[in-house]
Amino acid sequence: MRARAFAARITEKFPDVKVDWMKERRLKVSTTADRIAEVGVFAKEGLGFDHISTVSGIDWIAKNELEVVYFIGSTTPGQEDFVLALSEHVQRSNPVVPTLMHVWRGVEYHERETHEMFGINFQGHPNQNHLYLPEDWNDLPPLRKDYVSPGR
Amino acid sequence: MTVQAEYSPDADRIMSVSLGPQHPGAGHFRIKLWLDGDYVVRSEPDAGYVHRGEEKMGEYRNYIQNVPHLERPVILDSSNILFPYALGVDELMNLKVPQRGQYLRVIMSEANRIISHMYFIAIQGLFLGHTTLITWCMGDRDFWIDFAERIGGARVTFAYIIPGGVRNDIPPGAIKKGLETCDWFDKRMDEYEKIFFQNPMVHQRSDGIGVLSRDDAIAFGATGTVARASGLAVDVRKDEPYSAYEDFEFKTPVMTQGDVYARSYVALLDMRESVKIIRQALKKLPQGPVRLKLGPQPRVPAGEVYSRTEAARGEMSYYIVSDGSPRPYRLKIGVPSAKNLGVLPHLLRNVHVADIPPIYWGLNYWPVESDR
Repeated sequence: MRARAFAARITEKFPDVKVDWMKERRLKVSTTADRIAEVGVFAKEGLGFDHISTVSGIDWIAKNELEVVYFIGSTTPGQEDFVLALSEHVQRSNPVVPTLMHVWRGVEYHERETHEMFGINFQGHPNQNHLYLPEDWNDLPPLRKDYVSPGR
Repeated sequence: MTVQAEYSPDADRIMSVSLGPQHPGAGHFRIKLWLDGDYVVRSEPDAGYVHRGEEKMGEYRNYIQNVPHLERPVILDSSNILFPYALGVDELMNLKVPQRGQYLRVIMSEANRIISHMYFIAIQGLFLGHTTLITWCMGDRDFWIDFAERIGGARVTFAYIIPGGVRNDIPPGAIKKGLETCDWFDKRMDEYEKIFFQNPMVHQRSDGIGVLSRDDAIAFGATGTVARASGLAVDVRKDEPYSAYEDFEFKTPVMTQGDVYARSYVALLDMRESVKIIRQALKKLPQGPVRLKLGPQPRVPAGEVYSRTEAARGEMSYYIVSDGSPRPYRLKIGVPSAKNLGVLPHLLRNVHVADIPPIYWGLNYWPVESDR
């Protein structure tokens, strides 16, 4: 199973990286905010995951954590069908993570969206102004679980 | 193109201009431009005028209630935005969708690809000053909408591809009518080639405009027609065959110029392959049921899934996190327009103002899809 082989290569180099789940064509690994850039560079240059697909946030309010997941596809021949999910957890009270724009240029607008929707601060990001939300949005980040839609 | 103007915030001659959000072509989208005379020296996209919180809405509704509202962001391509959602829920619930249902999903998805690409080419014709193409494409597009209506019962939003299969079977008359539409459309595309794609005026207006290199396409995470026009052969239907795509013979059209012309022409080549797929699928449509009955509130086990398909504009993906409750805990829609958004400010640099509409439209960017 390829997912197992990729997981082995990542954990061999970064023993503290945790393997969350494996499927035939998917692998999710999680690390910490201060290690994610190194793991990202290895995933891109060592494993050939060069084509960013999307970035998602998740609000784990019960654990008082926020999660950022980078989904990275590949244009390397033979592994185009594989998607690597690289995740990091941060405390809800101080959600600061580094930007990965220097690894994958294309994460710029995805990170900007994750910033406004989850209130996660991407350090080093050139522009974290509101993209999809109104400029004068003055409430909790809307995809956090403690934000309740009007009328609910 | 040799434009040497550089952006400098202090220069008196630089003028900042807002294009949109009421621009007739751009729709609900604004591009901030910094101009030096006729040249664009810098640009910044401003999305969000039609943001409606689809992802938040998804967390309030159960897996079946989510079906109709999820296709609203991209009504031209409404089956393709539901397709990966259905695949994701299938995977979470471990459903084995019947083969006839898989074939019908493919047919509907390809019909939507043609409907979407026809609109794309029509407006590109308009932006390049070719009025004939918009009237032809908009008219011919209706025959494919008729075909989709025969299957899905509606003209725009079908809610046809659902978890567990498709909503209903194809009526017998639609198969014959669909095959006739395929034959007619093949001839029609030859005429598009003659009147538009071999037209020297069109070449002059679009060759070498807005060139995106293959390396940049990878770096920006470009997808769909934008990537394939730049020599990057990404196609989820080939890379990771889902539903019944491994049963059909088709190619992934790729061009290498990476300019506005290539991005338009790749869409036409895409439609040729779609017609091939629809014809094969209609001819060898297997017998049997088309869906699994799930009930109004299916139980979805806890888990995570990342599913993706090839929509008209590129890779459409869903990240669904289920905590075992009737509603998704997190529903992330990765839409191709948002994936290609970063390419726009990269291309809108050192170009003439007159080239903004074809470059912008060439990205096949759909503001409502991007905003969600």
